[in-house]
Amino acid sequence: MSLITFDPARVPTFQVAAKSLLGDTQMRKNVRHATNVIQNKRAIVVNEMPDWQQLRESGRQIKEHTLQHLDFYLKQFEENCTAAGGVVHWARDAAEAREIVIDLVKQSGSNEVIKIKSMTTEEISLNKGLEANGIHAYETDLAELIIQMGNDLPSHIVVPALHKNRQQIREIFKREMNLPDLGDQPADLAEAARMFLREKFLRVKTGVSGANFLIAETGGVCVVESEGNGRMCLTLPETLITIAGVEKVIPRYQDLEVFAQLLPRSATGERMNPYTSIWTGVHPTDGPRTFHIVLMDNARTKILADEESRQTLACIRCGACQNICPVYRQTGGHAYGSVYAGPIGAILTPQLQEMHSGQSLPYASSLCGACYEVCPVKINIPEVLIHLRHKVVEQDTQGFGALNPEALAMKAMAMLFMSESRFRAAQRMGRMAERPLVNKAGWVTWLPGLLGGWTQVRDLHEMPKQTFREWFEQRGESEGSADGK
Amino acid sequence: MKVSLFITCYNDTLFPGTGKSVVNVLERLGHTVVFPAGQTCCGQMHWNTGYQEEALPLVARFVSQFKDAEAVVIPSSSCVAMMREHYVKMAVQTGDKQLLADVESLLPRVWEFSEFLTKKLGLTDVGAYFPHRVTYHASCHGLRSLELGDGPASLLRNVRGIQLVELKGLEQCCGFGGTFAVKNAEVSSAMLGEKVQAILNTQAEMCTACDNSCLMHIEGALHRQRTGVKTMHLAEVLAGSEGDAQ
Amino acid sequence: MANSAGARTEILRRIRVATGPAADRAAIEAEWNGIERAYKHVTSIDLEGRLHQLEDRLRDYDAGVYRSTREGVGALVASILSERGKQTMAVPSGIPAEWLPAGVRFVEDLRGDVSGIDGCEGVLTSATLAIAETGTIVLQDAPGQGRRAVTLLPDYHLCVVDAAKIVQTVPEAIALLQSTAHLATTFFSGPSATADIEMTRIKGVHGPRFVDVILILD
Repeated sequence: MSLITFDPARVPTFQVAAKSLLGDTQMRKNVRHATNVIQNKRAIVVNEMPDWQQLRESGRQIKEHTLQHLDFYLKQFEENCTAAGGVVHWARDAAEAREIVIDLVKQSGSNEVIKIKSMTTEEISLNKGLEANGIHAYETDLAELIIQMGNDLPSHIVVPALHKNRQQIREIFKREMNLPDLGDQPADLAEAARMFLREKFLRVKTGVSGANFLIAETGGVCVVESEGNGRMCLTLPETLITIAGVEKVIPRYQDLEVFAQLLPRSATGERMNPYTSIWTGVHPTDGPRTFHIVLMDNARTKILADEESRQTLACIRCGACQNICPVYRQTGGHAYGSVYAGPIGAILTPQLQEMHSGQSLPYASSLCGACYEVCPVKINIPEVLIHLRHKVVEQDTQGFGALNPEALAMKAMAMLFMSESRFRAAQRMGRMAERPLVNKAGWVTWLPGLLGGWTQVRDLHEMPKQTFREWFEQRGESEGSADGK
Repeated sequence: MKVSLFITCYNDTLFPGTGKSVVNVLERLGHTVVFPAGQTCCGQMHWNTGYQEEALPLVARFVSQFKDAEAVVIPSSSCVAMMREHYVKMAVQTGDKQLLADVESLLPRVWEFSEFLTKKLGLTDVGAYFPHRVTYHASCHGLRSLELGDGPASLLRNVRGIQLVELKGLEQCCGFGGTFAVKNAEVSSAMLGEKVQAILNTQAEMCTACDNSCLMHIEGALHRQRTGVKTMHLAEVLAGSEGDAQ
Repeated sequence: MANSAGARTEILRRIRVATGPAADRAAIEAEWNGIERAYKHVTSIDLEGRLHQLEDRLRDYDAGVYRSTREGVGALVASILSERGKQTMAVPSGIPAEWLPAGVRFVEDLRGDVSGIDGCEGVLTSATLAIAETGTIVLQDAPGQGRRAVTLLPDYHLCVVDAAKIVQTVPEAIALLQSTAHLATTFFSGPSATADIEMTRIKGVHGPRFVDVILILD
């Protein structure tokens, strides 16, 4: 990642960010193309699996079970990892995690590190922290390299530079790698990255990674990747430092059989990703001599405590929800103002910030449910969104907040719905109030206030002269109402 | 059967024609339709926007009006989805054990209009005549929550005179999303743009769906852009018969 | 780290508060055993079927695929390396001598500095097993396969897989790997790739860009 980070206190709301991003033609084309490609790829490899739904259910159950007994499994992982020569650290929050990593890097005697892409390190703004301590971090994922060199921010969990096309990437590489004659074919760009990074892999003594799965039963760590830079960072340095959210633990080695099928098919639409590495502690003649792993909380235990949104922690970071989301498809990832974007971002980000910021994110959804349909571990994202919206409303209606226009309108509507006579009166009033806004052809093209958003882009047909119930009553067949109101 | 109609707050106010068509079709099939007066709203707008306390009393209201119904038919898949997905949880939240029991007993008798025809009555041909070029948009709630599947399309295929054209990306959300349409109007519009483009590509005269919420949103843009393409609820297409002036 | 002990206690405490009273180990095990696993576990195709499926997948990845008897491996290695123009190959310890034809310089990886491997044009190894459904080959730190760096640094990997070790499904593979789960393990499915540029899959960012596989049929 670059040294720019999303500052939750300063990011614009989703609505504001989206508005300006919608005008970025190049990004929209890139995102549309990328999501089309990956949606199709995923569909093919999922449809060929007759047991896909069973895998999803098992994935969901394994995660649910693990979260219910999270401390047991973390302790088991710690014990087994330590027995194999790993050193286990615990971090309560982002600041603590950063501090631990910075100290460990200094202890390793290196002032540079090579990194594999890790959303967790992005989440805690690790690179910025390292830089402030005189340690330079080389991103080695092609996309992260692009982001870092372009002084940019990731816009997707799995394909962070999805918003850039090859010409834009070529410009960045030409400049940063000093390659004036660089071609623009993807293969040329990959070759440039390969040469540039190989030198780093062979020289830099300390590596930093995230982890996909921590296996409690064996103390092993599993990293899933495509490019091979992961393997480089995990095996060549003398010291390896891994950071993982506490929710990454899985109970047993056998559980990999479920996730190794769910993850690649969901993330990149492949039967299997090119490289998956599993290592346990240290070995005298293979891989790093020193291995540290930092288990980080950073508000995850808060999410764990909320039974309705605990399922958020089941996420295996596949990005399938982003790829299918019709909202993400229009705005790209930056609109979410966080390293976690799209549907999972809309529920994870505000919760990681303990609802101090990100309040616009649960509303960045039409609740279409496509994300739930593709989530490999069956996170009911729409349900969590609704739950978080309630939390936001509770916040917003504290004290005088209860008088905010939306809350007042909602209270008024609720009162209407609780009485048929009030409801009917409102319908009649609506017809009257609307009259000055209706044009000769019977359409409304401008609405005031909160409803203005409708007519910004749509017309509204005038209200019919007669409601359905008025028509039905005229037929003379209505029953009396239960409460006579 | 004696069918109790829950018209929904927005259909009652803005789309009475849909209600009339539901009555029309059901009577044509030999059923009686009753309309429990006093009905207002299922609570979806409040619940989905985060105003849970305001939505809770509407559960009891719905139950009290419909609990003895033989069958409840609702021409709105999002309202039925609201009930199926949330009413039990909402009843639990009120702490009212009787309400919970009533909700659990009532829900199996609640049907979205098209699934009442295809799943409850087992019909795909309701004797309709509608000689127009039509395309069908699969509303998200109908598609994913109610799993309507091929039901609505099978009803449409059996309409005499219809020229049914498949909509590319019919499963992609139109961008309405309730208050989303207003709170995130720009993004809603961007999503709508793709849907409108797909509809125009079918060269249909009309787009139909099981939800007037989607259709109101889609028609809003179709009209703003002066495309001449209209929208019409599935019930109204099915109500079509010979001799209709159109 | 002193801090870490405090953090550990605090995090474990938070988890307890969040999830209620702790269950005992037996109850947790029972619950894990009760997890529904209705997905496919075992193979539904015979050896020829698995061979065919694996070869298909490997060819999809642009890997060269060959079949051989055990006795024929050496000659096949010679001809493949000649075709590929490789004259210096790294090998881990434990490769059968019969697999190493004359005319090619084989450098055994002594597991010290990696510069020895870095200078080789390719590497020759055996494998632990292969998964037909996904076109995956699994390597572990074992005789004939070596440490992880040896199959990572060279640009070309010639991998000899015993057909008897080809399973169809991922669950079967995991079950077979259970007893050596502590060994450093690498699953590779085709040459390295990225889809980071316009979602186009490009081969060969890091790791061997060229892979050939010999399947031994006894």
